[in-house]
Amino acid sequence: MSDLLIELFSEEIPARMQLRAREDLKSLITNGLVEAGLTYASAGAFSTPRRLTLSIEGLSQHSTPTREERKGPSASAPAAAIDGFLRATGLTLDQLERRADKKGETLYAVIEKPGRAAPQIIAEVLERTIRSFPWPKSMRWGTGSLRWVRPLHSILCILSDEGGTDIVPLTLDGLQTSNTTAGHRFLAPNRFSVTSFDDYAGKLKRAHVVLDSAEREAAILQGAQNLAFAAGMELVADDKLLTEVAGLVEWPVPLMGRIDDAFLALPPEVLQTSMREHQKFFSTRNPKTGRIEGFVTVANTEPADHGATILAGNQKVLSARLSDAKFFWENDLRVARAGMTEWLDGLNAVTFHNKLGSQSDRIARIAALAREIAPLVGADADLAEQAARLAKADLRSAMVGEFPELQGLMGMYYARAANLPEAVALAARDHYSPLGPTDSVPTDPVSVAVALADKLDTLTGFWAIDEKPTGSKDPFALRRAALGVIRLILGNGVSLHLRDLRTVAEANIPETFRTGEFLPEGAGPEYDSLLAFFHDRLKVFLKDQGIRHDVIDACLAMPGNDDLTLLVKRAEALAAFLKTEDGPNLLQGFKRANTILTQAEAKDGVEYSFGADLKFADSDAERALFTALDTAEAAITPAMKSEDFAIAMEAMAKLRAPIDAFFTAVQVNSENEIIRRNRLNLLHRIRAICSGVADLTKLDG
Amino acid sequence: MAHASKAPQSFQEIILRLQNYWADKGCAILQPYDMEVGAGTFHPATTLRSLGSKPWAAAYVQPSRRPTDGRYGENPNRLQHYYQYQVIIKPSPPDMQDLYLGSLAAIGIDASLHDIRFVEDDWESPTLGAWGLGWEVWCDGMEVSQFTYFQQVGGHDCHPVSGELTYGLERLAMYVLGVDHVMDMPFNNPQSPIALTYGDIFRQTEEEYSRHNFDGADTAQLLRHFEDAEAECQRLLDFPPLDPKTGKTIIMAHPAYDQTIKASHLFNLLDARGVISVTERQAYIGRVRALAKKCADAFRLTEAGRDAEVAQ
Repeated sequence: MSDLLIELFSEEIPARMQLRAREDLKSLITNGLVEAGLTYASAGAFSTPRRLTLSIEGLSQHSTPTREERKGPSASAPAAAIDGFLRATGLTLDQLERRADKKGETLYAVIEKPGRAAPQIIAEVLERTIRSFPWPKSMRWGTGSLRWVRPLHSILCILSDEGGTDIVPLTLDGLQTSNTTAGHRFLAPNRFSVTSFDDYAGKLKRAHVVLDSAEREAAILQGAQNLAFAAGMELVADDKLLTEVAGLVEWPVPLMGRIDDAFLALPPEVLQTSMREHQKFFSTRNPKTGRIEGFVTVANTEPADHGATILAGNQKVLSARLSDAKFFWENDLRVARAGMTEWLDGLNAVTFHNKLGSQSDRIARIAALAREIAPLVGADADLAEQAARLAKADLRSAMVGEFPELQGLMGMYYARAANLPEAVALAARDHYSPLGPTDSVPTDPVSVAVALADKLDTLTGFWAIDEKPTGSKDPFALRRAALGVIRLILGNGVSLHLRDLRTVAEANIPETFRTGEFLPEGAGPEYDSLLAFFHDRLKVFLKDQGIRHDVIDACLAMPGNDDLTLLVKRAEALAAFLKTEDGPNLLQGFKRANTILTQAEAKDGVEYSFGADLKFADSDAERALFTALDTAEAAITPAMKSEDFAIAMEAMAKLRAPIDAFFTAVQVNSENEIIRRNRLNLLHRIRAICSGVADLTKLDG
Repeated sequence: MAHASKAPQSFQEIILRLQNYWADKGCAILQPYDMEVGAGTFHPATTLRSLGSKPWAAAYVQPSRRPTDGRYGENPNRLQHYYQYQVIIKPSPPDMQDLYLGSLAAIGIDASLHDIRFVEDDWESPTLGAWGLGWEVWCDGMEVSQFTYFQQVGGHDCHPVSGELTYGLERLAMYVLGVDHVMDMPFNNPQSPIALTYGDIFRQTEEEYSRHNFDGADTAQLLRHFEDAEAECQRLLDFPPLDPKTGKTIIMAHPAYDQTIKASHLFNLLDARGVISVTERQAYIGRVRALAKKCADAFRLTEAGRDAEVAQ
């Protein structure tokens, strides 16, 4: 057994690519070695800004020999057949074995592959891995044709065992494997040789390189927390930034600074975003004031002056950045207090989509729609319209121009600065939500109205110009918008008819824009493709909540299916009902009744909806079913009217025993035609009562 | 690098040190291109010379104009006219990063006191149809240079690859000299009998050009000139390669490229005047890119842009 160490040493690898790259290196090499017949005990991959490293322990020294036997044609077969076999096996006639059997002699090819030495296999696998490495973006350099994420400078590849250490020889476009590497770019730039992974990691640390990114992350976090604590502050956790910074440094040295007082009035999100995006700084908070007052920057070196120069430089850059931010903020506040008209006018010049007009056109549509939606979600119509008109004003603010990720949030600050109602401010912040399946759903009625209007206008608009999502292509994120609508409606228990709102939204879109088809050919008036799109998204959403697709189908087939809250209430009740003992049994009874009835109706060419008459009932079971249906109907009708599906299902469940008893005791297709028709009319009542709750024919089982 | 031990005193000293450093490293020290450009990359010494297989090494200062960045000379570090220092070496040498770090040392940035980082930055110029991979180089958190390995220029793959360095001279110098406002920066030696600051030289022109760029420039005329430059570029490239007067093959790649530069600058001015809408913007960029590509195609047919026979 031996241990393998590989290091690919290059110019600086982008931080965001390092994790994936070290995992790819590990899987590509280990899979390649295993496919070639080697075995290993364990493997670990590491990365720094300048190196990808793989350490494999307990690697076998040879691949296992293989023996393959292939049966060929008879020895007396035509020459063409034998030649074909020789070509296929790559052997000559005298290398074949002849074995006697019933038919005479048959030719056999026995191909034995001896085990191959590990170094040979490693070199092949390493070359293949480097040449086909799945970097998100790779490049060439100098005169070469090799591709890597940035110029590759050296390849360390050694195999070691008790006997010593050997370089695995490989030359790649003039780059030769060796047993050497280099330390930190500035603190220990000289090359040195290594004999094993432990030797490598140890020498690297002395050369100011922490190989393991987890160790660098821990050191950064610990150092930053200590600095913050010593200054009476607390570190604002930011895992994404931590991972990124650990990918920018080989020798992390955290340094702490304070934000100049002149900038402390900026919103904390602005300070944090500016420091994170531009400078890769962590924020620190003063626990007494709750404000962001300081920062931690992480240097990649241990300077002679303990970081005074570096910190001063960083502080200066930060001040310049925050001066910009402060300029934007103050300028924006002035525009906001003046009523934001400058921004609103500016949105005229911003094209939303060349077929759907400018942002201003769109805002006018959203405002009109928000007005319509407002009463349905318990919001004041004037307030909803006002909020919709102002919610996107911040898109023209200087701050959002600089930090697009602050859209909405700045709108809230600016609305407050303009002394607008708090509901308007919240709508500015929240009307983009929810952005994903886990993002929180706004609850303030005005925010809900504007958020719904925003998404419904987007969906209706792109439907109108025939830009629906197809397959994996959804450039305008319409699936996300539809899911947003669904979550807004369900999350707030809102009852509204999407079909009506779509008509309102569509009416807002100028006739000239409309090219898309809402009604697919042959579809009935109840169908439209946007509603079907909502239903598809709803199915996906409910499936994640554990509701079966056939349950949803059974409810979709009912009237009022554009009221998603109603639809889901029905589906949830039905799903719960099917989980009870009565549920599946009643379903069987219903299906039996329905089958018999459907067949009879087809045969007789009539619909048995004349009403059954108790006086023709000739058994107790039959009479009991009459009573049970009366009772059920009396309970189900008002329950359905008040949309209390659970009560309706409960009443329906009580039909299970009488229906079962009826089928046990009674033959529907009686000789007596009057009794038969009466029973069919009775079955029709079962169907009618049950079908009022959900379309049970759509259910599986 | 004897001069590296002493800190530079002025803007021009930093430029002179860079010139000397890169001259020592074997670059041809060129002069600025005599046209209005948005960045040093537009100089044909970079754009066109990065094409083809012939080795090339040049360094130069390039005055650059970004009309939208005009702030009437009031912003501490934003200017509509500023200087870039540009280095272009083909093929990119294996020690390009070390050469670059040497240039920082030459202007007084001591790597044992400062934190120098190579932070991912993929460079792309939609107007030049060019892209490359590299970094922005940070010194103590400030971006001091752009470092790019060109992969494609004018739609052509770069074989071999050129290494390009771009230093934003004002920002870099302000940092090295410890100046907070660009206009306060000493341009020549502050001990000179006639000491001049950056502001003495450029404050007035920043004002004048800011007014010009935002309000003065005649947009109708700019639009016309854009069309003219576009048409002229095409016209020059449509000439048959054989020059009847000399009997030689003379493709007018450089004169045509001048028209591309012109079109690009006119577009920038129109953009500053705010007369180009978001949707039109892409169309204009596409038109300039189309010109750049045609010029690159033409240059590849010339002596300087052709692949050498021996090249692999």
